[in-house]
Amino acid sequence: MGETYPFTIEQFYRFVGEGKLMGAKCGRCGGIFVPPRPLCPKCQSRDLGWVQLKNRGKLLTYTVIHVAPEEFQQMTPYALGIIELEDGVRLPGIIRGVKHEDLRVGMTLEVDFDTANIPSKWPQWPRYFFRPTQII
Amino acid sequence: MRGKPLAAIVSAGLSKFGRRDGFSGRELFAEAALEAFERCPNLDPKKDIGALIIGNMSESFEHQCHSAPIMSDWAGLLPKPAVRVEVACASSGAAIRYGIFAILSGLYDTVMVGGFEKMTHRTTFEATEYLAMASDFPLEQWNGATFPGLFALMATAHMHEYGTTEEQMALVAVKNHHNGALNPKAHLQREVTVEQVLGSRVIAKPLKLFDCSLISDGASCAILTRPEIARKYTDTPVYIIGSGHGTDAIGLYERDSLTSLESIRRAAKEAYEMAALGPEDIDVAEVHDCFTIAEIIAYEDLGFCKPGEGGKFIESGAPTLDGDLPVNTSGGLKAKGHPVGATGVAQLYEIYLQLTGQADRRQVDGCEVGLTQNLGGSGATCIVHIYRRG
Repeated sequence: MGETYPFTIEQFYRFVGEGKLMGAKCGRCGGIFVPPRPLCPKCQSRDLGWVQLKNRGKLLTYTVIHVAPEEFQQMTPYALGIIELEDGVRLPGIIRGVKHEDLRVGMTLEVDFDTANIPSKWPQWPRYFFRPTQII
Repeated sequence: MRGKPLAAIVSAGLSKFGRRDGFSGRELFAEAALEAFERCPNLDPKKDIGALIIGNMSESFEHQCHSAPIMSDWAGLLPKPAVRVEVACASSGAAIRYGIFAILSGLYDTVMVGGFEKMTHRTTFEATEYLAMASDFPLEQWNGATFPGLFALMATAHMHEYGTTEEQMALVAVKNHHNGALNPKAHLQREVTVEQVLGSRVIAKPLKLFDCSLISDGASCAILTRPEIARKYTDTPVYIIGSGHGTDAIGLYERDSLTSLESIRRAAKEAYEMAALGPEDIDVAEVHDCFTIAEIIAYEDLGFCKPGEGGKFIESGAPTLDGDLPVNTSGGLKAKGHPVGATGVAQLYEIYLQLTGQADRRQVDGCEVGLTQNLGGSGATCIVHIYRRG
């Protein structure tokens, strides 16, 4: 899929707006990378395709930020982490829906596409977050 | 080229670091340049200096880009060619390297390198935002990452993987404040205790206020020449014998390791090989302690100790002023201050003082070989230089 979509950051966020995390997959070395770029950073191949990433992963590391740039200051303190999704792709993101004292390296998190009112002069991209796995 | 001098430092200058109300970046640079000229009376700046290479991170602070010609003007060097290089907090470390290249090219016998940043007139919000611009915009800044936040992510990972403690990180701050208290040009010339560090307010867990370097105003410079002509200008040249530059992905999340910086390891390997020396040969070092965890990671990636043992290395006392390998005798970014664009050459300045026996109460006796390690951003850039007493 996706041969008509450019491998740009703008397109990555368009997919986020549709509720999907998408990465570029290299047809030569099989690497998946986010954000997408015009050539594979590992092997320079231009044989690329879009793939949908797994919605779940493990927390590799985290922090709780108390001093932030102005547009984020209203949210402080907020948790920021690096998550390794089940397909091996790593992404940074704000973690919501968990008490900060309950954060643990290795905990399972999932992607959350809920909107949040974080002001931005530029750009106007949709946002993704992480949250603890929902038990239904 | 192994072990041979790449360039000679014949003079260096440093402005007082700190909150310099009423002074702009160019005036601080002139202060540093004047010191360098006064230290080197045999040099005629306007005649002898062929070009100026300066590091400066952000035009946002003073609403001023195109700063190289301004620094040339304020140092009295017009119309000599001047250029600004930028790799975030490693900007003036890079200026040293490109100054060496200018000399090795054969185009210039003598160049001035330096750096500056004027920061303290901005609010904490503004400074946090401008500094965060050196991280990846689309995924890191957009998700609320800050510089303390990115290094806090490394600290959490280091604590989880190796059992490094907040107390060990605090010891880095205690050491560097002790040294800074002996440095009349340091921003904060006072000691702190482990309890004060641990009790200071949280900036980005687990990093607290006293784990963070300072937002400072300051400028630095050095005069480099072809090694063969150094003694025309001084009896005590310091030779740069190794230069390394490592580059990695801008995003911390894109890198294989969260506890080690590949850019430091690459830069160190290149510099050690060029100098034909190893970490065991270093007598004194200035490393990039933008946060206490960054100094612990630097110990490991520069080979001063094994991976994961940086916490134990500071506990052992080895990097203290009286230890086997004194690190950040100037007070480091932590206490001397971190006007980001000035930092790389400010590290060189301290090593220059140490290797020429001018470090006063901070002097490390008998030191022959020094090292500087200057990091850009969260580690996408690292510049390492190795120096030998002339």
